[in-house]
Amino acid sequence: MNRLTSVSDMEKLQKELASRNQPERPVVTLCQGTGCKAYASGKIYKAFEKELALRGLTQKVSLKSTGCHGFCEQGPIIVILPEEICYCRVKPEDIPEIVEKTLVEKKTVDRLLFTDPVSGEKFAHESEIPFYKYQRRVIFGKNRLVDPQNIEDYIGLEGYSALAHAITRLNPEKVLLEVKKANLRGRGGAGFPTGIKWETTRNAPGEKKYVIVNADEGDPGAYMDRSLLEGNPHLVLEGLAIGAYAIGAREGFVFVRQEYPLALENINKAVQQAKEYGLLGKNILGSGFDFDVTVKRGAGAFVSGESSALISAIEGSAGEPRPKHVNAAVSGLWGSPTSLNNVETWANVPLIMNKGAGWYGSIGSDKNPGTKIFSLVGKVNNTGLIEVPLGTPLRNIIYDIGGGIKDGKKFKAVQTGGPSGGCIPEQHLDVPVDFDRLSQMGSMMGSGGMIVMDEKSCMVDVAKYFMQFLKEESCGKCISCRAGIKEMHEILERITLGEGCEKDLEQLTDLAWITENASLCALGRTASNPVISTLKYFREEYKAHIREKHCPAGVCKALIHYSIDPERCNGCGRCQKVCSVEAVEGEKGAPISINNDFCIRCGICQEACRFNAVMVE
Amino acid sequence: MDKKTIDRVIEKYQGNPQEILEMLLDIQEELRYLPKEALSCLAEKLNMPVAKLYRIAKFYEALSLKPMGDCQVHVCTGTACHVRGASRILDELGHQLGIKPGEVTPDQSFGLKTVNCVGACALGPVVVVNGEHHGDMAALKVNKLIKQYAGDHKQKKKKHA
Repeated sequence: MNRLTSVSDMEKLQKELASRNQPERPVVTLCQGTGCKAYASGKIYKAFEKELALRGLTQKVSLKSTGCHGFCEQGPIIVILPEEICYCRVKPEDIPEIVEKTLVEKKTVDRLLFTDPVSGEKFAHESEIPFYKYQRRVIFGKNRLVDPQNIEDYIGLEGYSALAHAITRLNPEKVLLEVKKANLRGRGGAGFPTGIKWETTRNAPGEKKYVIVNADEGDPGAYMDRSLLEGNPHLVLEGLAIGAYAIGAREGFVFVRQEYPLALENINKAVQQAKEYGLLGKNILGSGFDFDVTVKRGAGAFVSGESSALISAIEGSAGEPRPKHVNAAVSGLWGSPTSLNNVETWANVPLIMNKGAGWYGSIGSDKNPGTKIFSLVGKVNNTGLIEVPLGTPLRNIIYDIGGGIKDGKKFKAVQTGGPSGGCIPEQHLDVPVDFDRLSQMGSMMGSGGMIVMDEKSCMVDVAKYFMQFLKEESCGKCISCRAGIKEMHEILERITLGEGCEKDLEQLTDLAWITENASLCALGRTASNPVISTLKYFREEYKAHIREKHCPAGVCKALIHYSIDPERCNGCGRCQKVCSVEAVEGEKGAPISINNDFCIRCGICQEACRFNAVMVE
Repeated sequence: MDKKTIDRVIEKYQGNPQEILEMLLDIQEELRYLPKEALSCLAEKLNMPVAKLYRIAKFYEALSLKPMGDCQVHVCTGTACHVRGASRILDELGHQLGIKPGEVTPDQSFGLKTVNCVGACALGPVVVVNGEHHGDMAALKVNKLIKQYAGDHKQKKKKHA
């Protein structure tokens, strides 16, 4: 491939790629994201290759590896184009049948279609599946059409057109104005207007300026940044390059967690390919604009995702936050003005440039334009990555897209915003989800994790879980954060052990206030949210732990005991076999019992029981 | 420890001290942990206080100053995995392997660690062994998982011998 040296070079390539496109030719797209890979989608690709070769169809059918489609729970996922026939949970041994029936006979393999867990209805086409039907996938949708390791796939879908247009036809001020007009807000969680951040960096004194992609996605329960970087890395790079042009930066960094090996592989490949094609580097498309990108790895420190900490990490120090008397936009990386944005924020930029701020503003709600990708996970039927306009009510997300709560259980709360967020109870399910409303409810957007909890989730345990998490992740610089979180964790630990007292709740509130108000960075300032929100909405559950020494959800080990319902037990002995401490007593064939003196409450007997006979109280 | 590893890594990053984290990650990838000698050697060659390297190595969860197991088991304890029972799986793994998180079995065949989130939340609870993801885990599946890797490990060792 020759380097593209002008816009007409790129348009020529786009035309050539379009002419190669045969809309009638069947394309089998296979998700090769981390989720589907865990379910052996690599083997499925090989099985397809083999089967197509065996039947002499290699020249007639295209096979394409794509990034994450979002419906990870149903993986491995295959979509056959142009009909968009979607098969879920495919196994390598299903491939001959799929080739025979769908590619040759043009029929569907019914048993591999998605079956709605509530209604039992089957859906043949991807767009009809409720999980997809109620979404608006303007950013994430291209993942399923693009092979992330092939830049031509992206270019063929008008990729890099927004960059080409911006750097050859618009001046940087105009680009900046468009992003400002679109009122794009930072998708990393705080929702700060991106255009204003860029403007500050642009106007800050200093020759050298930097742009950074924050892909140190540390919020547990959120993985949209991984899937974007893995599935459509060029979209992020294009956004980054446009931003660099608007700001006046010539150098950019992508900082990725090392826990995301595939994202690292794909973004590294994408940078290399973009350089080969002349879309990064010197004099991009003959415009005179130079821009280079380096990929850096994080190493598993949650706090490093904080902007000033991430900058320290890139500079080669431990990734600890710094006081922000002067903002990074003015004095960031090596003291130079730096604009740092989240992966998803950068991915929004090409779209704004292509379709205009007016179009962008037509999606979403008033002060929250555009869409947001959420990871809808936990105790919900359809789990995966979803994209909806900002302002969509939680209820629509959880019930229409998510298909409601798993196993017919009752909804209890949804946790948003990662460890800095809070738990939102049922009475607020109709509130539209946007940056401002979530904050008003004592939670926050965070990077978009949405963990659904049912009646079997203990809210005191959840609060304790986050304090444990933050206790380990606090860098220790501020005493309010270092000691405040530790103290809150200890109190919560006591409550879950049944050793709590009434005064603990007051003390938790006080500690939460101090931690929030006396800490330097966002980690400490928002660390109390899980405690405050659960205390606010689930105080009764705290009281049950304290007064009655009872865990209503049956989670806190010290407050529960297992027993066996003799009516349901048929004495099959399965639980006896798996119990590692020999706490299950009785003869095979007759109802058995659990000796609570030995029981370590691991719950494995309940998992093993096929008759729902093991009860928790 | 082979000093050539350190030289190779330094050369890859042209001895740039700003690339220290990348260097440590690369060294760990090759040696599977960061031995004392490797840190001293790196510090000397980069003309950097060894304390700075220790500080970085201790700060980042992914860097390890202790040898890891031949089969390194990472239990994801992200929120989505937590609400779906990750702690049960961690307990069961610890129980069956006879070690606590952060430890390695005496024969070094298995190491157990927790990881905050591997970003495979829809498959939770997730366990990652030597980079391979196992979704939808349950305490009941722990025994089979250990056996599978113990078997693979034995075979590999045999081949090696």
